[in-house]
Amino acid sequence: MRDVAIVAFSQTDHVRSSEEVSEVEMLMPVLHDVLGRTGLRTGDIGFTCSGSCDYLAGRAFSFTMALDGVGAWPPIAESHVEMDGAWALYEAWVKLLTGEADTALVYAYGKSSPGSVRDVLTRQLDPYYLAPLWPDSIALAALQAQALIDSGETDEPALAAIAQRSRTAAEGNPHAQLRGPRPQGGYVVRPLRTGDCPPVGDGAAAVVLAAGDRARELCARPAWIRGMDHRVEPHALGVRDLTDSPSTRLAAERAGAFERPVDTAELHAPFTSQEVVLRKALRLGGSVTVNPSGGALAANPVMAAGLIRVGEAAAAVHRGTCDRALAHATSGPCLQQNLVAVLEGEPHAR
Amino acid sequence: MPAKEPVAVVGVGQTKHVAARRDVSIAGLVREAARRALDDAALDWADIDAVVIGKAPDFFEGVMMPELYLADALGAVGKPLLRVHTAGSVGGSTALVAAGLVAARVHRTVLTLAFEKQSESNAMWGLSLPVPFQQPLLAGAGGFFAPHVRAYIRRSGAPGTVGSLVAYKDRRNALRNPYAHLHEHGITLEKVQSSPMLWDPIRYSETCPSSDGACAMVLADRAGASRAPYPPAWVHGGAMRSEPTLFAGKDFVSPQAGKDCAADVYRQAGITDPRREIDAVEMYVPFSWYEPMWLENLGFAAEGEGWKLTESGVTELGGDLPVNPSGGVLSTNPIGASGMIRFAEAVLQVRDRAGAHQVAGARKALGHAYGGGSQFFSMWLVGAGPPET
Repeated sequence: MRDVAIVAFSQTDHVRSSEEVSEVEMLMPVLHDVLGRTGLRTGDIGFTCSGSCDYLAGRAFSFTMALDGVGAWPPIAESHVEMDGAWALYEAWVKLLTGEADTALVYAYGKSSPGSVRDVLTRQLDPYYLAPLWPDSIALAALQAQALIDSGETDEPALAAIAQRSRTAAEGNPHAQLRGPRPQGGYVVRPLRTGDCPPVGDGAAAVVLAAGDRARELCARPAWIRGMDHRVEPHALGVRDLTDSPSTRLAAERAGAFERPVDTAELHAPFTSQEVVLRKALRLGGSVTVNPSGGALAANPVMAAGLIRVGEAAAAVHRGTCDRALAHATSGPCLQQNLVAVLEGEPHAR
Repeated sequence: MPAKEPVAVVGVGQTKHVAARRDVSIAGLVREAARRALDDAALDWADIDAVVIGKAPDFFEGVMMPELYLADALGAVGKPLLRVHTAGSVGGSTALVAAGLVAARVHRTVLTLAFEKQSESNAMWGLSLPVPFQQPLLAGAGGFFAPHVRAYIRRSGAPGTVGSLVAYKDRRNALRNPYAHLHEHGITLEKVQSSPMLWDPIRYSETCPSSDGACAMVLADRAGASRAPYPPAWVHGGAMRSEPTLFAGKDFVSPQAGKDCAADVYRQAGITDPRREIDAVEMYVPFSWYEPMWLENLGFAAEGEGWKLTESGVTELGGDLPVNPSGGVLSTNPIGASGMIRFAEAVLQVRDRAGAHQVAGARKALGHAYGGGSQFFSMWLVGAGPPET
């Protein structure tokens, strides 16, 4: 398999509302920054792939506006997934594996501020049996949290500790929306309190991929993708064990995550309770640093938050603070779909 | 071992496309096409390693990211499931993403599927954006594309009847395709030419219908191709190209992205004279005049000359470059699936499995799709024999 690495990562400062800028205006500085880190221009990129969602933008073909920000002239080889940007990264990685391109630009963006994202997400449920009931994303996560508590896997103080640890870690992340601990607050949907839930906000992120020696030219310490895989579970919550995530475990196996321990994990767990599920599925021990960025509990721009996990893990490798990282992204209600990437830095770089 | 694994198409399945499939859910619709593709390949759900699904905007059914809900119906549980969305070109792009998984040797057998169930919503208004995103009175895709058709007519000097000839041909071809939506048995050229004007110069009979339908293909590596019960089609080249919607200097009549995409595909496939070397074309013609426009954009005719191929009957089923023998988008348009149907119909031609709309002796066929404001292009060239590597 061809060696492919993440050579640059950039993201916005994630905010509660970005109503003063359009999606394109929000995205453009990130694109300029990520290309600037490599010295590449749009015309140098072999393949471009993005992730976003029309239901957040409130209009069909919303991704076509973002393409204007890329500057697709002369025409570029380009694709788009109606998924979190982590899956756009996956498509671009496969493109580089075929040898049809040596570099790729991947970006994702999402604005949750124009509407009630909690209600908007109900539109991704089974349209005949579930969506008409409008069960919102926090209510569904609360079902999962209660199942974990009922099975003795966690309790409310343990969840509060996850919230506290994540937002304390975010003090060191200038891009995070919630920097520093917050009070747990009252119940939003029992047993989940305000502190157990992600902030609602807007943001964008981008990474550059490169293959082989091209990656070494563009980055002092590339974050090599040792494996990447994603798996989906049944949609109906009633046929799933919400206290486990077999799709995450299988994706991690396929990505080679269990071959050697990782030192860092960036988990896309928008709710505290979901970190409990993911830690179990990924067999993460106490020696692993989990979500040093603060994770989705500190900033959760929908459609970009998964790509940001991969980008944060890569950036830790770039900085030399991490040698082998696991990055995870999720989509769908209660962790229905999961992606795992394993990133490594070369041992003797620098 | 070649750098890339050669990709074979070993199974094709479609639904009978109609205005409204009220008898099935969205899940039922996609499963029907997927099952037929599996049957064609003599495979079962367990043989599939990954699923790649595509469709046009989620507003067309009112379901956000419907692939999550469709995971069970697609047999994707426990497998990778990717959802592609590149506007009208999506059906083609989806097939190319699936082909990439096999070419990169990430997976060996991939199910790819595209669908639209337009009866769940109203595509024309789904495409008509509120102010300030778009000026008013640009209702639907026809309102967007009609000015570009007029520009083509002015630029090329084509006679005003060429559009009706395309529609008359495609609607007659559709009578030979049991899966086509429109089966207008009493169609005549006079009926096409006297149908109501919708967006000048596009008449009612020169525009695509709104359809419910799905199309699926099973892609496999060389080992999978050798086990297939029917002759496979081989992917000789595939590419996507995009350009911005609007910019100074944009050529809406013959977009550069389309030219570049075709050139890339021909280079991969070793095609130097597309008019002579390609036996059949399934191109995305949602409004009749796009046949002569794309004939030029894809290099089958010199600039300003495409309409002459149409007028002289070259693109008829019995002509020397049959275009849309299936009846095309003019006869069947489940939007998100329309691009994949083009790709799949090209496959059927080189597998000699197109039935009554088979182009005799077709060895190489082009599948073409476009979308957005004539800005997203996806194409593949398939052959009856494996690619030379």
